[in-house]
Amino acid sequence: MATDQLHFEVAQLTRVEGEGSLDLRVGTDGSVAAQLRIFEAPRYFERLVVGRTPDEVLDIVARICGICPVAYQMSAVHAFESLFEVPIDPAVRALRRLLYCGEWIESHALHIYLLHAPDFLGYPGVLEMARDHRVVVERGLRLKQLGNRIVGILGGRAIHPVSVRVGGFTRTPRSADLEPLRPLLEAGIAAAQETVSWVAGFDMPSFDREPRLVALRHESDYPMNEGRIVSSDGIDLATGDWGQAFEEIQVPWSNALHARAADGVPYLLGPTARLSFSADRLHPTASAALAATGLGLEALRRNLFLSIVSRAVELLHAIADAADIVDRYVPPARPAEPWEPRAGTAAWATEAPRGLLFHRYQVDSAGTVQHAQIVPPTSQNQAAIEHDLELFAPAVLELPHEEATLRLEQLIRSYDPCISCATHFLQLRVERPE
Amino acid sequence: MSEIRPPRLGVVKLASCDGCQLTLLDLEDELLAIGARFDLVEFPEASSRRSDGPYDVLLVEGSVSTPAQAEQIQQLRERSRLLVTIGACATAGGIQAMRNFGKEPAWRASVYPQPELIQSLATATPVADHVNVDIELRGCPIDRYQLLELLTALRLGRRPQLPDEAVCLECKRRGRVCVLVAGGVACLGPVTQTGCGALCPSYARGCYACFGPREAANVGSLSAWLGADRPSGAVDRLFAGFTGYAPPFRDASARAMATFQPPAATGEEPD
Repeated sequence: MATDQLHFEVAQLTRVEGEGSLDLRVGTDGSVAAQLRIFEAPRYFERLVVGRTPDEVLDIVARICGICPVAYQMSAVHAFESLFEVPIDPAVRALRRLLYCGEWIESHALHIYLLHAPDFLGYPGVLEMARDHRVVVERGLRLKQLGNRIVGILGGRAIHPVSVRVGGFTRTPRSADLEPLRPLLEAGIAAAQETVSWVAGFDMPSFDREPRLVALRHESDYPMNEGRIVSSDGIDLATGDWGQAFEEIQVPWSNALHARAADGVPYLLGPTARLSFSADRLHPTASAALAATGLGLEALRRNLFLSIVSRAVELLHAIADAADIVDRYVPPARPAEPWEPRAGTAAWATEAPRGLLFHRYQVDSAGTVQHAQIVPPTSQNQAAIEHDLELFAPAVLELPHEEATLRLEQLIRSYDPCISCATHFLQLRVERPE
Repeated sequence: MSEIRPPRLGVVKLASCDGCQLTLLDLEDELLAIGARFDLVEFPEASSRRSDGPYDVLLVEGSVSTPAQAEQIQQLRERSRLLVTIGACATAGGIQAMRNFGKEPAWRASVYPQPELIQSLATATPVADHVNVDIELRGCPIDRYQLLELLTALRLGRRPQLPDEAVCLECKRRGRVCVLVAGGVACLGPVTQTGCGALCPSYARGCYACFGPREAANVGSLSAWLGADRPSGAVDRLFAGFTGYAPPFRDASARAMATFQPPAATGEEPD
């Protein structure tokens, strides 16, 4: 375009889940316009669940994402149980939290060690990084394996687990089934403590802005399955009432619907938002590790590159929390409570590793889905990613083209975008004039 | 395969959830050894190192679902010595292939306010409907030990040993109580290829055919048997899932999908 001074294009973003690109144009007047283009193929999940029973929905929505299937199952199962008023055994509630901890551990370890750390240390990927940092990479893989092990024990397999049902589980573990996790969790706590101090020592690009944050906050727990939807500017809603403050819109350059607040101001979800609101709910072990970094909550909130530290703190929290759950576990009287369907709207939000995941199902009197709305964290973060890229880009325009592009990609990866999720998402293109 | 240089391995995706390629990263104990024995030249989910090929081995995840993918798979085939499809989407179309039984424009309009902005084919189809496939790994997701067996066999230059028997046999060998006979639970184990380790029966539920139909699956017989004491339509819907577009399951899936219609009140166009 003749009016562009600079045009950055990344044809396919790497080390992100799914397919997208970035198109960033710098005008001769100094204006910057960023478009995150999601060309991930649409799969029409909202239509795929029409006509299905609640338990069928749990199997189907898991397939939206291979990295965070538990998040989809958790938002859906809580939505249905809320509408059907199913009483949930406290032991089942604890097992669901343990299952979600497993997914957070697996997803955060994957992102920190395999997808994001190579940016900070200057490698194209983890295999190249392992040649120089083998012990560190092996630590990351053990952590990831721990998360997968937890999901595997509770759900049969790490990807698309099979045991979550409305009312509880198809089968719940005996205490002996969880016993092998104890030494692994103990070693995991030490490895995650090392992770926090390792990432806190990275050379961080500077980036300073005040983001609008949205996350769940819970009365006693670090948020996962329950809480209220709160924002840094006063939104306070029940988990089912997401639609009262937010809406979905379609933009021409993306196969992922964008979500936005009713006032149109972009907002940020994920570890940064959760930690900002709920640092006082962290496990004492994670709190201590965060304090030891010397990084304050304000720095973590204002510089998105530090999200890798927030993520590491959450990784430690999830392992410590999981260890406590395993310690206190007493099997429920029965794996699932019986339930009766009723017509109405089933809506709930939980905290996926990448942020708030909202589901809304209209069901008939037999519990059959009539209409569905699924709002993944990455589709909500899209507008904030574009907005942050526009704020950050001027700082890197003087750098050599390749390095500028790398910094822009590093910023995008700081959101841990999950593009397969968002589609219903990313690629960066950068071009300079001849 | 030459011992002089490690085989050039690529991992790419079409329409999918990324779970099957993630399975490679889930081989935590073996990942670094695999990285030493293969030259992982293309794996955009895990590395910024890129290559357009040629590939000695290309693992393809996902079904062909957009016009761009239909072109892409032809080019990928030309650049690959061995093309291996991984997972239910690539081998059977995946859950998104359920739209093949309806009207895709109506589906698109039900999800997107401006459907004209979306590039999508009417169907989501398995890779083998478009190009010649050398090896298939089934599953939703694939089993990581089968993936390890495949990579080991390729490196040693032998055929991978992949099971082709029914889930039932695996279930019996593991000493599980039959959920169908003892519990009356609808289970697709008799017609489904194993590979999961009889996972669902081990977790007190019926098999839902993640690994697709086994060879010579007698779907009619199992359907009749299951249908004898179940309401009409209850059996067909069991097939309309992650491998429901596989030919032996297709008729049952079509019947089920015809019943999964949005109510008039939602204003959505039925199929």
